[in-house]
Amino acid sequence: MIHNLEPIIREQPFFQGLEERHIKLVTGCAKNVRFEAGQVIFREGEEADKFYLIREGLVAVEVLVPERGSTAVQTVCEGEMLGWSWLFPPYRWRFQARTRQATRALAFDGKCLRAKCEGDHDLGYELLKRFSRVVTDRLEATRVQLMDLYGTNS
Amino acid sequence: MAQTLEQPVTTGLTPNPMLPEPHRIQRLRSETDDTFTLEIEPTDGRGRFLFAPGQFNMLYVFGVGEVPISISGYPHGTKPLQHTTRVVGAVTRAMRRLKRGDMIGIRGPFGSQWPMEEATGRDLVIVAGGIGLAPLRPALYHMMAHRESYRRIVLLYGTRTPEDILYRRELERWRGKFDLEIYVTVDRASSGWHGSVGVVTTLISRAPFDPSNALALVCGPEVMMRYAVMGLHKRGVPPERTYVSMERNMKCAIGFCGHCQYGPAFICKDGPVFRFDRIESIFGKEEI
Repeated sequence: MIHNLEPIIREQPFFQGLEERHIKLVTGCAKNVRFEAGQVIFREGEEADKFYLIREGLVAVEVLVPERGSTAVQTVCEGEMLGWSWLFPPYRWRFQARTRQATRALAFDGKCLRAKCEGDHDLGYELLKRFSRVVTDRLEATRVQLMDLYGTNS
Repeated sequence: MAQTLEQPVTTGLTPNPMLPEPHRIQRLRSETDDTFTLEIEPTDGRGRFLFAPGQFNMLYVFGVGEVPISISGYPHGTKPLQHTTRVVGAVTRAMRRLKRGDMIGIRGPFGSQWPMEEATGRDLVIVAGGIGLAPLRPALYHMMAHRESYRRIVLLYGTRTPEDILYRRELERWRGKFDLEIYVTVDRASSGWHGSVGVVTTLISRAPFDPSNALALVCGPEVMMRYAVMGLHKRGVPPERTYVSMERNMKCAIGFCGHCQYGPAFICKDGPVFRFDRIESIFGKEEI
């Protein structure tokens, strides 16, 4: 029931301010998904064919480190977006995502969205603005994280 | 309408603020690998050391030296005076070797305080990084002792690793009280950590508070505070409702020596707690 998702999608902070016609377009590519705690949502190297808006729960973005296993570098929670590798070739996940709690999310089909963005550049621009904002915020956070703020010499 | 709070009264320890008063170590508790808390009692039988949340004392390790350390305990004088610090130099290294019954000199309390009165009737957002939780702890005690005077109280706390979380048991206890919302994040997660990973500033956009009404208290490394203030501003908390606690090399603690001069102010006398709009023009400037 695609139409039932419209009000949920409209409420997402990520889509705040998006025109109604664009809400309808992205709704056509969306579905509800659920994950158990500890479940891998996607793995590094696999085809990146979706992105997610987390409705409830907590997801860790992980890197696989030899002899240390999966190491979380960031967590994504309610109201936040997960995954942008679907936007750019070669459309492969660069990290792994695994739930830390039972998680509900909206999943958006990447191929479907890319096709709609090609057909409606206004939608493409609106989505790119939103993704760029998230990418910029995460880059800033990563830079601060790299500073090792709380180290003895800070 | 918020009621007027009983504000902890600052009592100068001695008529001479340059003269350390001897105190006795009651207990030394390791908090993390490199941080510890001293519980201290006066030697003259005086039972109450009153201070305001946000203030600091000068602690003198006899024969080694004196350092400024913020007061981290209960502000209403009913419990021992507490100081939490990290081992960073000769004085704090010597301090960590003190034992129950050893003597230490104290001057204080000094400096400005967190705006507990102005915070009444508001949502409170407390952003702490690393050891920066210590100067905020008296404010948290005060808020919990006057819980009805505040709306939401949200503590956002970031540390380097899960092992570096200060006052872990106390945080767990507070979280269980359901009238204080606590969000903890770490920069580097170990395998046993199931909570948030990322810098503390990322918690600001997620935190549940009303920015039109909120007042923010921020303490941590200066770079962290800079990004925290930006994040708060982005959420709608203006500089005049944001307070930061600054740190500089304080010596005399009464604004004479000039070691801690910060633009037109002295951190020891006019700070360490500043309303952010009052230092915004010099905050983060390399020359200051």
